[in-house]
Amino acid sequence: MKAFTEEIGRAVVIPNDSINTDIILPKQFLKNILKTGFGKDLFFDWRYLEDGSLNPDFELNKPEHKGATILITGTDFGSGSSREHAVWALTDYGFKAVIAGGFSDIFYMNATKNGLLPIVLPEADRAILRQVKADELITINLPQQEVIYNTQAFHFDINPQWKEKFIKGEDDIDHTLQFANQITAFEQKRPNFG
Amino acid sequence: MSKTLFDKIWDTHVIAGQVGEPQLLYVDLHLIHEVTSPQPFDGLRSMHRRLRRPDLTFATMDHNVPTKDIFNVQDEMSRLQMETLERNCKEFDVPLASIGDDQQGIVHVVGPERGLTQPAKVIVCGDSHTATHGAFGTIAFGIGTSEVEHVMATQTIWQVKPKTMGIKITGKLPANTYAKDIIMGIIAQYGVSFGTGYAIEFYGEAVENLSMEARLTMCNMSIEAGSKTGMVRPDQTTFDYIKGREFAPKDFAAAQKYWESFYTDDESAFDENLTFDVSDLKPMITWGTNPGMAMAVNQLTPAVKDANDQAAYDYIGLHPGMKAEEIPLDYLFIGSCTNSRYEDLEIAAQMMKGKHLAPNITAWIVPGSRAIRNKAIKTGIAKIFEDAGCEWREPGCSACLAMNPDKIPAGMHAASTSNRNFIGRQGAGSRTHLASPAMVAAAGIAGHFVDITLLDTEEGESK
Ligand code: SF4
Repeated sequence: MKAFTEEIGRAVVIPNDSINTDIILPKQFLKNILKTGFGKDLFFDWRYLEDGSLNPDFELNKPEHKGATILITGTDFGSGSSREHAVWALTDYGFKAVIAGGFSDIFYMNATKNGLLPIVLPEADRAILRQVKADELITINLPQQEVIYNTQAFHFDINPQWKEKFIKGEDDIDHTLQFANQITAFEQKRPNFG
Repeated sequence: MSKTLFDKIWDTHVIAGQVGEPQLLYVDLHLIHEVTSPQPFDGLRSMHRRLRRPDLTFATMDHNVPTKDIFNVQDEMSRLQMETLERNCKEFDVPLASIGDDQQGIVHVVGPERGLTQPAKVIVCGDSHTATHGAFGTIAFGIGTSEVEHVMATQTIWQVKPKTMGIKITGKLPANTYAKDIIMGIIAQYGVSFGTGYAIEFYGEAVENLSMEARLTMCNMSIEAGSKTGMVRPDQTTFDYIKGREFAPKDFAAAQKYWESFYTDDESAFDENLTFDVSDLKPMITWGTNPGMAMAVNQLTPAVKDANDQAAYDYIGLHPGMKAEEIPLDYLFIGSCTNSRYEDLEIAAQMMKGKHLAPNITAWIVPGSRAIRNKAIKTGIAKIFEDAGCEWREPGCSACLAMNPDKIPAGMHAASTSNRNFIGRQGAGSRTHLASPAMVAAAGIAGHFVDITLLDTEEGESK
């Protein structure tokens, strides 16, 4: 996992509430056996027209939003099926962070495991951020836990352990294997009834 | 300080970390299936890691399985996923119930059926309906694909302890209403997110009287209330169910004694308490596009309260003020990890016995496992369905999520025993109406929903 300390990037706004994982990546794309290549199918039903061509009205398809790394959206992002593919689609597309009013638990955890920073901000803050223009930059400073736009800084909360993982870019399994002795000790005293 | 069932199981599984922060929990059983396992296995391989406890891991195939012609997997990607699982299980020594095996079926049906699901365990699976297993008094929840890899490599998982919620179910369940109606009734009353951040425990006399199968149905749908887990205290019903199954503990008496120590001390131990009275419960059906958009069968479809309601009506092709019987059904689906166990099929078959489907109905009956399928063939239940004009299928997830060839066509209405009526869930454009197996079966015969509490029950039971 790549380390994440600061992201200075352009943002795209998809303001809808309750964007579930079916919308982020429809289930027909789950049948892959790899983690990569999902970016082109991100928001598939919104992004493409019936004939397979790009929907020119959808935000991601507008040329001025090409290369955006920050997604600003509504509440309850990532609900529905627990598919991690939804996160892979966002990161494969190039997103580094999603700013929402809230996330489903599973989506939030999935994001933290794949280097996609989930940021919860209240509606008042997001209302200001939604005014961002295609050529303006937003800064996310993780050590300070701040989203900075123009001259305004918005504080966000994040669990210290997740924060440290992002900053170190540490793989979860490596981290846990530091507890290998405790795990083995636990296994030895687990109740076993045959 | 008094503790909940959840607290007690949690406490016996913590390896590291403090309450309020992520804690490292030991995993007693890891269930895997073909859809969320290829990437984790690949991750292990590329990092040269081994799977720590193949003996605490069990794999089966369900989501992609074609239930009509089970050995003839037409879809390339489906076949690739299933072959990949087959290969990975061999390489990493994981026991696998493959297509055609006696143990194959929906992962949440075969866990309990094999006796793998037991009280006081922590059980995880890369699937959101893992909560089902909580019916045995176990902490069971769905995990993401990276977490699957983490469990494979370490047999542990990091979790922040949720708050606990006790839902006391009071009253006596009226005839022809079921666990499905209870959980749908609760979600209709409290909404699809009241459980977010909580581990739910169902308790009270009405719960104690439920069979294991019925408890599994309730816990299965607790995730539709936003909770990651639902559970029921293990009791004699639980122990009797496990006893004699393939993976039941050999020293059963000692195991039972241990399990009996897991219960909630008193109601004050819960962070939140709700009650739900079932005395006047009616059979429930959904009219909209989430499980909370539900009504009792004798009610009219509700007025539009907000834009979500309007969008749901637009999609589903209904309008406020309609009777349940006016919903124009085309299909019925009896299956899924919510309601595909033998007891569910038996109840549905009672409704269809000696009768025939209405001409407008196509019916798919999909048992949850091969063991259930075999039993139903042996006892004659399969024959009842076939005589009624239903298609009797092979075990799998089938039209619950339509990731396989079983898709409800666009615009068609399906009465379904599954758990989600989301837009497109049972196939693009499909319109789902969730209900209990008895309600779905009766609707198949009548050609539309009927209030089965008004049916002459004698007739249903006459031999
Ligand atoms: S039956 Fe449906 S809900 Fe259950 S595991 Fe299969 S797809 Fe998921």
